[in-house]
Amino acid sequence: MTLFLQQFVNGIALGSVYSLVALGLTLVYGVLKVPNFAHGALYMAGAYVSYVMLTSFGASYIVAMAVSVVVLAVLGGSMEWLVFRRLEGKTPVHSMIAALGLLFFMEGTADVIWGPTFRQVPTPFDGVVTLLGVNITEQRILVIVAAVVTMVGLYLLLKRTLVGMSIEAMAQDREGALLVGIDTRRVALLTFAISGALAAVAGSLIAPLLLVFPNMGELIILKAFVIVILGGMGSVPGAILGGYLLALAETMAGTYVSFAFSELIAFGLLVLVLVIRPTGLFQKGV
Amino acid sequence: MRLPPARGVALSLLLLTAILFPLLVDNPYLVSVVITAYVTAIAVYGLDVMLGYTGELSLAQGGFFGIGGYSAGILMATYEVSFWIALPAAVVMTAALGYVIGLAALRTRGDYFAIFTLAVGVMIVIIIERWEGVTGGTDGLIGIPPPSSIGPLRFDSLTAQYYLVLFFLVLTIYVVWSLVNSLVGRTFVAVRNSEELARAVGIDAGKTHQLSFVISAALAGLGGALYAVFLGYIGPAMGGVQMTFMMLVYLMIGGVASLAGPLVGTLLVTGLMQFLQAFAEYQMMALGPILVVVIIFFPKGLAGLAKLLPERWRR
Repeated sequence: MTLFLQQFVNGIALGSVYSLVALGLTLVYGVLKVPNFAHGALYMAGAYVSYVMLTSFGASYIVAMAVSVVVLAVLGGSMEWLVFRRLEGKTPVHSMIAALGLLFFMEGTADVIWGPTFRQVPTPFDGVVTLLGVNITEQRILVIVAAVVTMVGLYLLLKRTLVGMSIEAMAQDREGALLVGIDTRRVALLTFAISGALAAVAGSLIAPLLLVFPNMGELIILKAFVIVILGGMGSVPGAILGGYLLALAETMAGTYVSFAFSELIAFGLLVLVLVIRPTGLFQKGV
Repeated sequence: MRLPPARGVALSLLLLTAILFPLLVDNPYLVSVVITAYVTAIAVYGLDVMLGYTGELSLAQGGFFGIGGYSAGILMATYEVSFWIALPAAVVMTAALGYVIGLAALRTRGDYFAIFTLAVGVMIVIIIERWEGVTGGTDGLIGIPPPSSIGPLRFDSLTAQYYLVLFFLVLTIYVVWSLVNSLVGRTFVAVRNSEELARAVGIDAGKTHQLSFVISAALAGLGGALYAVFLGYIGPAMGGVQMTFMMLVYLMIGGVASLAGPLVGTLLVTGLMQFLQAFAEYQMMALGPILVVVIIFFPKGLAGLAKLLPERWRR
């Protein structure tokens, strides 16, 4: 039972990060209708910015994360402004290839700056809390709490502010949004910025638990795609729920079956969904 | 399927240049660079069949390249099977896997198809790395022998290998050319332009996609097998997503849905990369933005530019 609880907490912590990455992906998909393959690179860049702030500038963890969020919001926004805006009206294949170009540009840049070595990120939250016989590192608690705070913030942004509502409107119907006077380009830019910020939060939160390296985004982006397909492309609740579920399934399979098996779960789910219902399990609703 | 005379002359000249190349250039390094470009180009033609003519972005092409290479490599290095059996076996193996993967992947189109094939590509690398007993894991597989001789024809010299690879490249180009000019090729394009319209005129879109995907995989398998045999070594990176990305760069720079595009793009970029070897570190950093610029400003690549030029002159 203790083992189960222990792994449950670990799974929730991992799921928090999965959900944050999937959220950014699903928001951009809603607006752009194209899977942003470069999203994993944003997550990687977010982790590196935090790493640099912590190690080279001696910033506190919270400041490092805040800087990372701002930098990645700008980076995400400029992706839309410099690249995807210019591909409006072309086939989705064009945007997908451009996204791959951005992915390899960012990974290549990280490789040139920091090299392919794995980096350990220090955290001030290195204590351990014991609860019901379960040992939880403070960093994991931070991951879980910060993710929930971010998600609630995002929810309020989407439901209570004009900006958020215009993002939803555009996801539902781009032309309709344009007709009622929404500046769709500005909304697209903002969505990319928010998606970059979410990736930065995810990358900064997970960095002290895992290692930071240029290709760190490749596997998680694939999992985020599985989550987003499972939850329905463009669906916010789907991305959150899917993230926690996939992480829990992986952690449990890793504990009770084998590590190799846990890595196959995401892929197995993908095949299953495609065979049963190629358009995703849930109907799309924002 | 007859060529206009001017193109026929140009093609003959090109072929003659390719045949004379190793005799005129007394530089083994340069010859081996061109051989690498040729074998990669074969797989890029496969990518073009799927992306250029059928309109679907398959991100498993690097994975299929790896499967072809490992199939040939394992047969030849571990089981000492002759090249002349291992090569067709590798192509059949890759095509068969392509068929099976296609059954699931082709239930989707567009973005979902790209995501699914990306996942397939990543899984192929993971399997190659984990299946150490067979594939040699992350160390790769060494000691793949050169092709055995047929009668008086020996293939242990670089020049002989050049001609062998050139033969398969010309064969590939001929097959792709015949294909796109055939009724089958036209159904590919019909499905690309509008799947609904294609269905309305009685084209079985599912079968068309499946066929295109299998051909695409088979060509990747052929290229990969030749690559492994020519290098005498194969590692997991060869089947990686980065390989797919490189092929995409070659194809987009050369030009999609054009016969010369894949070869021109591959030769040009591979050549330039060798020339700029001192900056190898910055390769991905430079190729990423180049791909983005090409996609935004020259979506038809060099082949598209070449077609524009004569029109301007005529005015």
